[in-house]
Amino acid sequence: MSKFSEVVQRARAAFNSGKTRPLQFRIQQLEALRRMIKDHEKDIVGALTADLHKNEWNAYYEEVVYVLEEIEYMIKKLPEWAMDEPVEKTSQTQQDECYIHSEPLGVVLIIGTWSYPFTITIQPVVGAIAAGNAVVIKPSELSENMANLLATMIPQYLDRDLYPVIDGGVPETTEVLKERFDHILYTGNTAVGKIIMTAAAKHLTPVTLGLGGKNPCFVDKDCDLDIACRRIAWGKFMNSGQTCAAPDYILCDPSIQNQIVEKLKKSLKEFYGEDAKKSRDYGRIINSQHFQRVMGLMEGQKVAYGGTGDAATRYIAPTILIDVDPQSQVMQEEIFGPVMPIVCVRSLEEAIQFISQREKPLALYVFSLNDKVIKKMIAETSSGGVTANDVVVHTSVHSLPYGGVGNSGVGSYHGKKSFETFSHRRSCLVRPLLNDESLKARYPPSLAKMTRH
Amino acid sequence: MDPFADTLRRLREAFGSGRTRPAEFRATQLKSLGRFLRDNKQLLQEALVQDLHKSAFEAEVSEIGISQNEIDLALRNLRAWMKDEKVPKNLATQLDSAFIRKEPFGLVLIIAPWNYPVNLTLVPLVGALAAGNCVVLKPSEFSRSTEKILAEVLPRYLDQSCFAVVLGGPQETGQLLEHKFDYIFFTGSPRVGRIVMAAAAKHLTPVTLELGGKNPCYVDDDCDPQTVANRVAWFRYFNSGQTCVAPDYVLCSPDTQERLLPALQRAITRFYGEDPQSSPSLGRIISEKHFRRLRGLLGCGRVVIGGQSDESDRYIAPTVLVDVQETEPVMQEEIFGPILPIVNVRSLDEAIDFINRREKPLALYAFSNSNQVVKRVLAQTSSGGFCGNDGFMHMTLASLPFGGVGASGMGSYHGKFSFDTFSHHRACLLRWPGLEKIYSLRYPPYSPRNLRMLLAAMEARSCSCTLL
Repeated sequence: MSKFSEVVQRARAAFNSGKTRPLQFRIQQLEALRRMIKDHEKDIVGALTADLHKNEWNAYYEEVVYVLEEIEYMIKKLPEWAMDEPVEKTSQTQQDECYIHSEPLGVVLIIGTWSYPFTITIQPVVGAIAAGNAVVIKPSELSENMANLLATMIPQYLDRDLYPVIDGGVPETTEVLKERFDHILYTGNTAVGKIIMTAAAKHLTPVTLGLGGKNPCFVDKDCDLDIACRRIAWGKFMNSGQTCAAPDYILCDPSIQNQIVEKLKKSLKEFYGEDAKKSRDYGRIINSQHFQRVMGLMEGQKVAYGGTGDAATRYIAPTILIDVDPQSQVMQEEIFGPVMPIVCVRSLEEAIQFISQREKPLALYVFSLNDKVIKKMIAETSSGGVTANDVVVHTSVHSLPYGGVGNSGVGSYHGKKSFETFSHRRSCLVRPLLNDESLKARYPPSLAKMTRH
Repeated sequence: MDPFADTLRRLREAFGSGRTRPAEFRATQLKSLGRFLRDNKQLLQEALVQDLHKSAFEAEVSEIGISQNEIDLALRNLRAWMKDEKVPKNLATQLDSAFIRKEPFGLVLIIAPWNYPVNLTLVPLVGALAAGNCVVLKPSEFSRSTEKILAEVLPRYLDQSCFAVVLGGPQETGQLLEHKFDYIFFTGSPRVGRIVMAAAAKHLTPVTLELGGKNPCYVDDDCDPQTVANRVAWFRYFNSGQTCVAPDYVLCSPDTQERLLPALQRAITRFYGEDPQSSPSLGRIISEKHFRRLRGLLGCGRVVIGGQSDESDRYIAPTVLVDVQETEPVMQEEIFGPILPIVNVRSLDEAIDFINRREKPLALYAFSNSNQVVKRVLAQTSSGGFCGNDGFMHMTLASLPFGGVGASGMGSYHGKFSFDTFSHHRACLLRWPGLEKIYSLRYPPYSPRNLRMLLAAMEARSCSCTLL
């Protein structure tokens, strides 16, 4: 048995003791989490800066704020969500109690990723705690500073048996996956998603997998290009392109390609100056391996802007590629970097076909002033989620489930969906143990009761 | 030679063409499914007699009637279920349109079992069709007569470009599972459930697994033994015990056992007569293999009621066992037959402990005059579903989700839950070019002033801070 067995068993024993059942306990833990964030703001920012060159603003606005809002929302709604939910009765059950009772699943494993190492790891933890589970937290080892911070910080504020933080890379994760959990939530890539689901199958553990894909961004001829390009530039290049929901590539008519390039450039200069390397607000690639990978994607492409990088600082300039060939490498994998390919299509239909022929993405974006175009694009494609006339933002609405479909993921979470994902909704029927006269019609012998139709 | 590739490609193409999208198409399929049931009621009843010696009454209440109800419910609610579901918005998205769009997954595989071969095939099918999917149905090869009707008659009622039945045993099913589906719905044993999920994992296919377990039935000292016996016996011996939600074993004190035994005998005699083998109300075991398995279980503990068996008829008498040890086979596997072991416990606490030491079951039952006792069992255990003071009545409400937890399964269905299970819930946010001035707060370059403003807003908590 591995060192993790003990940790998981302790979490299970703590769960079985029943201490997470009272809502008051869960709320206290969430309040402690909130205090932790407030007390350690500077440390969180420090870790994000060290890992990804994020500054104070990025740290709050793109990470911390989401978790704080989730905690607020969860604390406020928990009493309502945890209540038994009465359901419509049948004529035979009028005198009975019929309801759905939400229960924790038990011990949940949450495996975070490195791109938003605080939010992606902790936001699901909020939901898992609120639903009354014990939670084993495994931050990504690639965002090393955040992993170390979480390992030190969390035990100081949360119950140590119920919410252990474990560390390690691939070998450790493989070991942990041999343990039995009651739900596993993983954020990361498709290949690892399959490994996780296969491991979960051995224990019949349900999974939520937040994976990736190439999120298409269709820009219609009929649209306000200034605003569209500013929003696209913002969503694409934040965190140096390392965002699961970022627009991965643009689809547009060749007649507007140049305008799009010019307007993207304009926005990029407004955001990051002439030389993004000098901007406090521009991120860095997480490690050399990804740096090499993203630089490699630019090879052989027509660069309209950027195209340079510095291995020592893992900086890649905001880059725009034009007239991109759909067969080229940059169009074969999720870019997850500050490189925006533009692929030309001659019509909305062609764009829809292009998208539908590929794996279902996590997000889909469409910019148009024409309502019909938007409706058609949504109706004839599929994706985890959609934002029209903006990017990324659908993931910030608590009442919308956040998740993928097909290769981009299984299951979803955020807000109430988190609570449901980490709960078992148990059907309950309670009747009085009165005499059987009213029920005798159902008992055999039944021959006399059946009329031939 | 891949026997399925052509069929699957055909179905995928049909899905890609969009023909299953309109509500009219789906409603037509559902109405035809209803006609299939009505036109072939007698045929189906005969098949159920051949496969399981199922009485006309059982066929009506647990197979045909239930399936018809689900069809009617889906037809009545289809358009409402298909509608975009608007969601509450935060301050930043007040002027936007935010909703969840229900979309079909695409190509759905339904693998059905043999014990309720009509119900457990058609009810999931209703959900998959209502949600707009193309469906591949793999009925159980064990319920042969029903399988024949599903393979030969059912397709005539449905649009065959969007629906196919495939036949075969474990080998063919394994081959089928190598293909990519967009959703897999499986009803069967936990052992096969693992195999299905592992196969699904290769394609990241979401699954609903309706599995099984040993459903405990706690009987409190404070109860009327005859009422309890009637209810427990009826639900136990229904379909000759071959029901995933049947009470699997009883937990009670030795005193209550003493009172229950004669009551159980009276119930069994009342239901099935002095010679249950000649009662048309009692089913038969599906196969020789299962018959032999169950006959083996008769050797556990001590037989106090029933115990007779007849291999030529695959008949096992409604049986009650006592003095059963936890380690004996009858307490190690899901019984799935007309055998009811009684295990003694000395208190409610001990019963709850016993239950919690084991895998989470699909259903859990507690009988007591005291509502407090019933509620305590509910609160201190977990299971797919729960019924206080009766057997699997909770399954008859389409407003309750039907499914397991832990080893008894994942996901759920029935009624609207079926529609939702077979739909991808796509988060949609539609906004417009306006309000750019407000959104511009989010763009770099970031100034300490912007940050101070944001922090002040967070402190005041007067508005949503995701000012996107």
